[in-house]
Amino acid sequence: MWRRSASFILDKHQNNKPISLTPSIGSPPPLSASVADENLNPNHISAYYQTRAAHHEIVTSDWLEQAQAAVRRYLDQDSPVSGRPFSVIEEFDNWRQQPALAEAVAAIRALAAVIRASEANTMMELEIELKKASDTLKAWDTTSISLTAGCDLFMRYVTRTSALESEDFNSAKSRVLGRAEKFGEISNKIIATLSQDFIFDGCTILVHGFSRVVFEILKTAAQNKKLFRVLCTEGRPDKTGVLLAKELAKLDVPVKLLIDSAVAYCMDEVDMVFVGADGVVESGGVINMMGTYQIAIVAHSMNKPVYVAAESYKFARLYPLDQKDLEPALQPIDFGVSVPPKVEVERSARDYTPQFLTLLFTDLGVLTPSVVSDELIQLYL
Amino acid sequence: MESRRNPRAVVDPKVRQVGFFTSDSTHHPPDPIASDSHPVPTVSPSRNSLSPVMIPPPRHNSSDAFPLRAAAAASAVSPSSFSYSTRRDFPDGSTTAASPGRVSRGSFSRSSLASSSLPGVGMDSMAAAKSSSVPASGLTTVSVVNMPHGLSEKASGVSDQKKSSKPLKEKTTKAERRALQEAQRAAKAAAKAEGGGKAPAPLVSSGSVASTSVKAAKPAKPSSQKNDVAVAATAAAGPSEKKGGTSEKDRKKDAPHPRMQYDDESRVVKAKRRAVVKQTEAKNRVELFRHLPQYEHGTQLPDLETKFFQLDPMHPAVYKVGLQYLSGDISGGNARCIAMLQAFQEVVKDYSTPPEKTLNRDMTAKISSYVSFLIECRPLSVSMGNAIRFVKNRIAKLPITLSESEAKAALQSDIERFISEKIIAADKAIVKHAVSKIRDGDVLLTYGSPAAVEMVLLQAHELRKKFRVLVVDSRPKLEGQLLLRRLIKRGINCTYTHINAVSYIMHEVTKVFLGASSVLSNGTVYSRVGTACVAMVASAFRVPVLVCCEAYKFHERVQLDSICSNELGDPNAISKVNGRGDINYLDGLTNNANLQFLNLMYDATPSDYISMIITDYGMIPPTSVPVIVREYQKEHLLV
Repeated sequence: MWRRSASFILDKHQNNKPISLTPSIGSPPPLSASVADENLNPNHISAYYQTRAAHHEIVTSDWLEQAQAAVRRYLDQDSPVSGRPFSVIEEFDNWRQQPALAEAVAAIRALAAVIRASEANTMMELEIELKKASDTLKAWDTTSISLTAGCDLFMRYVTRTSALESEDFNSAKSRVLGRAEKFGEISNKIIATLSQDFIFDGCTILVHGFSRVVFEILKTAAQNKKLFRVLCTEGRPDKTGVLLAKELAKLDVPVKLLIDSAVAYCMDEVDMVFVGADGVVESGGVINMMGTYQIAIVAHSMNKPVYVAAESYKFARLYPLDQKDLEPALQPIDFGVSVPPKVEVERSARDYTPQFLTLLFTDLGVLTPSVVSDELIQLYL
Repeated sequence: MESRRNPRAVVDPKVRQVGFFTSDSTHHPPDPIASDSHPVPTVSPSRNSLSPVMIPPPRHNSSDAFPLRAAAAASAVSPSSFSYSTRRDFPDGSTTAASPGRVSRGSFSRSSLASSSLPGVGMDSMAAAKSSSVPASGLTTVSVVNMPHGLSEKASGVSDQKKSSKPLKEKTTKAERRALQEAQRAAKAAAKAEGGGKAPAPLVSSGSVASTSVKAAKPAKPSSQKNDVAVAATAAAGPSEKKGGTSEKDRKKDAPHPRMQYDDESRVVKAKRRAVVKQTEAKNRVELFRHLPQYEHGTQLPDLETKFFQLDPMHPAVYKVGLQYLSGDISGGNARCIAMLQAFQEVVKDYSTPPEKTLNRDMTAKISSYVSFLIECRPLSVSMGNAIRFVKNRIAKLPITLSESEAKAALQSDIERFISEKIIAADKAIVKHAVSKIRDGDVLLTYGSPAAVEMVLLQAHELRKKFRVLVVDSRPKLEGQLLLRRLIKRGINCTYTHINAVSYIMHEVTKVFLGASSVLSNGTVYSRVGTACVAMVASAFRVPVLVCCEAYKFHERVQLDSICSNELGDPNAISKVNGRGDINYLDGLTNNANLQFLNLMYDATPSDYISMIITDYGMIPPTSVPVIVREYQKEHLLV
């Protein structure tokens, strides 16, 4: 059985025997899994999604202690990163445990720690160190899009601005540090403000998955005394919907929980759909919790708008052609009963919604999906 | 609608007949006047009745010509006025563009807008499109010449608009004077020609067109006058934009606008006078594509070969490249572009500034003349057009202080850099991105023989990916066979089929890789004819379509269909099936009046059928092409 404890992070790294797990049923001739992945992630279980799941649990103090202990134990072992006592992965883990922090922000905080601890004397050296740390982070969890995107974005910022001749090293270093600190500053508030106009009195909103940004939007709307009600999908297997429903009920927002299969049934009473995103890709599509594509298709067929709330650091230079074109990110699925032998289980944690999205609410403004590529080109090229 | 048509009737000698007609139909009025199925117009001057479907006959009162034409221009302003405003917005980006390109791009956008906004289904709309493109050139006249010929409000408003954009202002005054001169000269010449009673057009096409041209003699006078002025104005506007008011001589060396409308008789005459390659016009042409040039294939080669030793105005390298284009030895956007640029490098190397001339202006004039030669051999592809713009820009940007050898060296290295960065390195980047999309077990379909896709497939094979390839081919070029040979030589598993079977095999395909001659601003892919078909079938089967195209082939124009701009190939290639004497039923029927062969070279694939475009800047959705054009095509023009 899957243990819902923090030590899973440890176990994954200790476990160097590649456990063969068959990929999802019905896929075309088996994809060749990347070999590099085996060492770090033999089960393909996505650390990203596990952390998210962990976040949604009630964080008890015992759990926290366990987490700290696990990380400390990890520290004692050989860190594959470098000979130095400082490990970027450890930093990252520290930050990541905080439920309020997005993955990308945690990564950037970790990179900021790298800068602080660095002994480099020139920007070039610092850049090289940062690049190495960033590569390590990215390799540690290849399934997390916002992690990769966040690292890339920060590296891009550093390289782009490090060419300033007039600065001496220390001021440049402090500037980069300042930027890293500011990075985490809540863009959620901006997004929430932008999306207020779209929530009108008496509307019904369908929400899927627990996105911090979407929650912020709904919270702000409730605080602005708007009258609306929310339909939450259950969000199996994480059951994130239940948690979201609880939080919303605390805010006195009328909430209704549905099982995932009841989305089409309830779609005609819905006015709009709000989802978050794990990553926004170049084609203007989003990668999000499993079930998002389904909801988007149903919403489109009934002419309901689908709005995505995502921070700009989630824009990634990926371009999947179909569902299977992504890095497999698997999660353990608990059916409540034990799975019969000889039965395979589709364990992907996320899906890709290539179309049917109406608008994206980001800290850059309210964008249409085609603008994502425009922003990415300006950012990265 | 009636009132709008009236004034435009004056400049209507080029009314075209699309649909069923025989050579003697013009002499008697067609029976079903109001029927839509036979929208045959009449050009006989005797008919004066108007019907809702037909265009009123041209009037012959030349004194009415000017004010009516101006009014016509005015009335035509409204539909195309918004294109005018877009043209006005262009100046920031296009002030540095090459000479024929700039004004002609503006006029092209107008005429293409006119012709594309009225889909050429009925003759009615075609004629409307035709005649509205004529006042489009008339607009140039009106605004540039600025003659007090009873200009209507709108026309003067138009000219005001034109004058208000700064770079044009100075130009109009000189061009205005020159145009006046030209108009007077042409009036005299036309008066003489009129007295001779000969039609100015050399076209000896089917009888109907001949009768059209006979009747066109009279109205052709004002129109040729106007067109001469227009051509002069265009030509004048061109070089003066770059050189700031130059001598008459340079006008002659200007390349005709690469997308010149070939159904404009007097322009064609003018172009022919300047031509090096003497091509005879094809006789039996499809009406819908009259605006595209079509020549008898095989007529030029012997003529050019004899001229090989009288090369004086032409550089041998350019001559060689032109001959290679003519014979079809070099085909494909990249190959043609590289061959042309290498020829230009030779030109630069052998160049020496004549006395009393500056290097910038003289070299630009020379390049323009070479380009017009190349256009005569084979119409320019978009890649070549962009490369020529680049070269002209580099020449214009050369600092005056450089010595001749330094300037030449700088130019040569610039051209070298363009080739290596924009073509060769770009291809490598494309291969890198595209290969990441190929997975084991894939079945990849490709059409024709795109160079970029071939590189991708070979590289994927090098990386030991397990896939097989489906090559789809089509007549008459059968380019797929070349690709097939090259792939098989490397040991790639291939299947070969013709385009008529594409819907049959599409169900087993996982991805489609296509090449492109160009990608336009609205995401339309302009590529070898048949590509659109393959892309649409793939889209119907939900198979992703990936287009591999270098960024230098992107263009800011927009094309809504495959008709307004295309290239016509040799009709004999369709009628003859090589090696199969038993089915050569159509052989020898090329000149039959009842049968016209249409051999299109390109088609336009709408962006809805394209999943992604792989460029050297990465993988982008079709909607992002104007972003790339905006960000990156200005850089090499402005640097």
